[in-house]
Amino acid sequence: MLRIDAINSFYGKAHVLRDLSFNVCKGHVVALLGRNGAGKSTTMKSIMQLVRPSLGKITFKDEDITGLPSHQIAKLGLGYVPEDRRIFTDLTVVENLLVGRQPPREGAVTWSQEMLFDLFPNLAERRNNRGKALSGGEQQMLTIARTLMGNPSFVLLDEPSEGVAPVIIEQMIKVIGQLKSEGLTVLLSEQNLHFAQAVSDSAVIIESGMKMFDGTLEALNSKPEIRDAYLAA
Amino acid sequence: MELFVAQIITGLANASSLFLVACGLSLIFGVTRIVNFAHGSLYMLGAYLGYTFMQVLPGALGFWSSILLAGVSVGVIGILVEMLVLRPVYKAPELFQLVATFGVILVIQDIALIVFGPEDLLGPRAPGLRGVFRVMGEPVPKYDIILLVITPIVALALWYLITQTRVGVLVRAATQDREMVSALGVNQAWLFTGVFGLGSALAGLGGALQLPKGGADLLMDFHILAPVFVVVVIGGMGSLPGAYLAAVIISVLNVFAVTYLPQSTLVLMFVVMIVVLTIRPYGLFGREEVAGEHGQVGEPERPIKPASPRVQLLTSVFILLLAMMPIYSASFSLVFTTDVLIFCLFAASLHFLLGLGGLVSFGHAAYYGGGAYVAALLVTHANTPMELAFLLAPLGAGIAALVIGWVCLRLTGVYFAMLTLAFAQLLWSLVFQWGEVTGGDDGIVNIWPSEWLKPTIVYYYLTLLFCVGGILLLRHIAHSPFGYALRAARDSKRQAESTGIDTRKIQLLAFGFAGFMGGLAGALFVFSKGSVFPNELEIARSFDALIVVFLGGVKTLAGGVAGGVFFKGIEDILLKFEYWRLVMGLLIIFVVVLAPEGIVGSLRKGAERLNLIKSKDM
Repeated sequence: MLRIDAINSFYGKAHVLRDLSFNVCKGHVVALLGRNGAGKSTTMKSIMQLVRPSLGKITFKDEDITGLPSHQIAKLGLGYVPEDRRIFTDLTVVENLLVGRQPPREGAVTWSQEMLFDLFPNLAERRNNRGKALSGGEQQMLTIARTLMGNPSFVLLDEPSEGVAPVIIEQMIKVIGQLKSEGLTVLLSEQNLHFAQAVSDSAVIIESGMKMFDGTLEALNSKPEIRDAYLAA
Repeated sequence: MELFVAQIITGLANASSLFLVACGLSLIFGVTRIVNFAHGSLYMLGAYLGYTFMQVLPGALGFWSSILLAGVSVGVIGILVEMLVLRPVYKAPELFQLVATFGVILVIQDIALIVFGPEDLLGPRAPGLRGVFRVMGEPVPKYDIILLVITPIVALALWYLITQTRVGVLVRAATQDREMVSALGVNQAWLFTGVFGLGSALAGLGGALQLPKGGADLLMDFHILAPVFVVVVIGGMGSLPGAYLAAVIISVLNVFAVTYLPQSTLVLMFVVMIVVLTIRPYGLFGREEVAGEHGQVGEPERPIKPASPRVQLLTSVFILLLAMMPIYSASFSLVFTTDVLIFCLFAASLHFLLGLGGLVSFGHAAYYGGGAYVAALLVTHANTPMELAFLLAPLGAGIAALVIGWVCLRLTGVYFAMLTLAFAQLLWSLVFQWGEVTGGDDGIVNIWPSEWLKPTIVYYYLTLLFCVGGILLLRHIAHSPFGYALRAARDSKRQAESTGIDTRKIQLLAFGFAGFMGGLAGALFVFSKGSVFPNELEIARSFDALIVVFLGGVKTLAGGVAGGVFFKGIEDILLKFEYWRLVMGLLIIFVVVLAPEGIVGSLRKGAERLNLIKSKDM
């Protein structure tokens, strides 16, 4: 469904991604693993064209999306949940969701506000609070809910477990499972191996912007040396 | 008491157009982060177009339709400006877009002159609203009452649009993080265009609505600009209630000032602004501006390196050519070169502040004009010898800069810029209104250099010495520890402070020094022309320097000088034509769109791409 083909991305002169290639198949949850600074977030941003790869090609649903403006990529059904959440702090929860709203899309669940409040009950209670009044966990839920309002068929989840309490992590695991059962494809970047193992079908490990491993979780578990070399303990 | 109430009503009515124009500007800034200098021009177009429609459409219905039509037409013009001029430069470094809007000002000035002619137009009275109402026995024009009603209605409609509709939600979201809005599937390009169109329409509406009270003339674009910026800043950039409250405060105070203290009218609003910003650094309802929070952090600043031997050689040859100029050229070109050199020093002093300090001053003319006036006043009132006045002028400007900088440096970003503008205007108004001392509009004349400096050639060498010396000194400081500290404070104030740099002191010194050099340019100017007028302190003069620095390239050391030569050179050629503003404006827009890094920056990028130079040169 998503094909990343030898992309190279730069921040100024820093070469962050080097000939990175991998695929994500429809209906799968793929974990993108790696240490801090390995290039996980840059990969996500490159897919959304928030960082423009200078070389390489990205195709989504057989369409070349390299060089497209971000909003057109989102309109194709790619939802992006940024690592730093980036909720609109001056807007209420309901207004945040309103920004994410897109017309229904064929082949994807059409989310309503109420469905999302069922999925994230905490948000329902705080629907008229401003973003800045929310806790870190609530903000994390809001940013996911906001992206789901766009009825995506594919979600890029950038480090959803970062900086949130363990109970929230458990809740996230449940939510991702639920999204998967509804047919959503997910690319998830993580440092938390436990979290990744709980939700994903396969994993891609990157280090210094290069791919070190690409395979199922069973394959990864059978190679502890890879895990030890490229992932934090 | 009766008079008091009547005056409040007049003030509130006057606030009407001011609010409309200001909230348009505020809206545009909030979403697009563009400081739209051309907003006054859109207001002027609204007045002219409204007047034109009123000539054709009869009666009360015609009058009000004309006002609406003017608003809509100006909205469409705004959309065209946004799509043709601003869209290509959104990616450019912050504030660069204001150069493009300056180009638009020039273009609109000449188009208005061509289409509507040079005569001031007296606004038609509103049909059916000619008389006055009696409020507690005092006459209040009927039209004022109507304005009093219209403004809250427009404000409410805007409030509804912003708070209660999805478009409004998107606008507010984009104000905070436009990249994220785009990643959620919203085409921000159209959002920007829409907001720019709406803001322009409000300016047009404001221009047309004030017709019965004022009229239309070719100066109203610059005249409204200062009050509008003051209102937006006092209210807090991006805040509509703030803009309304500020418009009311300024207008009401102004009405009282006209009655009780007429000398204060020009200064008053700037005093209010300075007071408000001193107490609330982000305006009444504003929010702190955090650099980069809007998803538009540009490329990191390049480190600067001392000139390579090749560049040093080129510069030396260039200076030598300048030094030998009296041998091979006529005296009028010496006079012209003197002008260019002075302007380059002025631009370089601002560039020092802007490029190295990251301190965007919108009022640098205060020190240039200030230096010129210090010298002129000393010569006229204290019979000071020219040489002494010449040396004291930059000192005076430098001290003024230290005082003004001390107040302004409490603020950052656009608020800082606006406060520097306010102080420049304050100085201008002082000079303009304090006729007994400064000569007011008539300026100060007969300020000639001493006998031995009088010949054109000698004065040329004096200018060359001080300008080249000054520019080299500014450049040298960029490479000194002080320059390092200044750049550190620019790039990361907090980190600089944690390494033990007193950033405020460094920035204040830089501000004072830039003022000193600006004053030196001013002193050279006044003795070369023999006279000085208030327009050397005007907004337009500050903008000249600003445009030049941006055009030349903020992020390059040579930017100020290159821009200065380019600007003055072009101006000299264009001034011979009747519609030079039109050509100049188009040229500026052209350069902005073609070379978003400024002239030097874009040349460097181009050369790097062709592998002509390595990135360490220049």
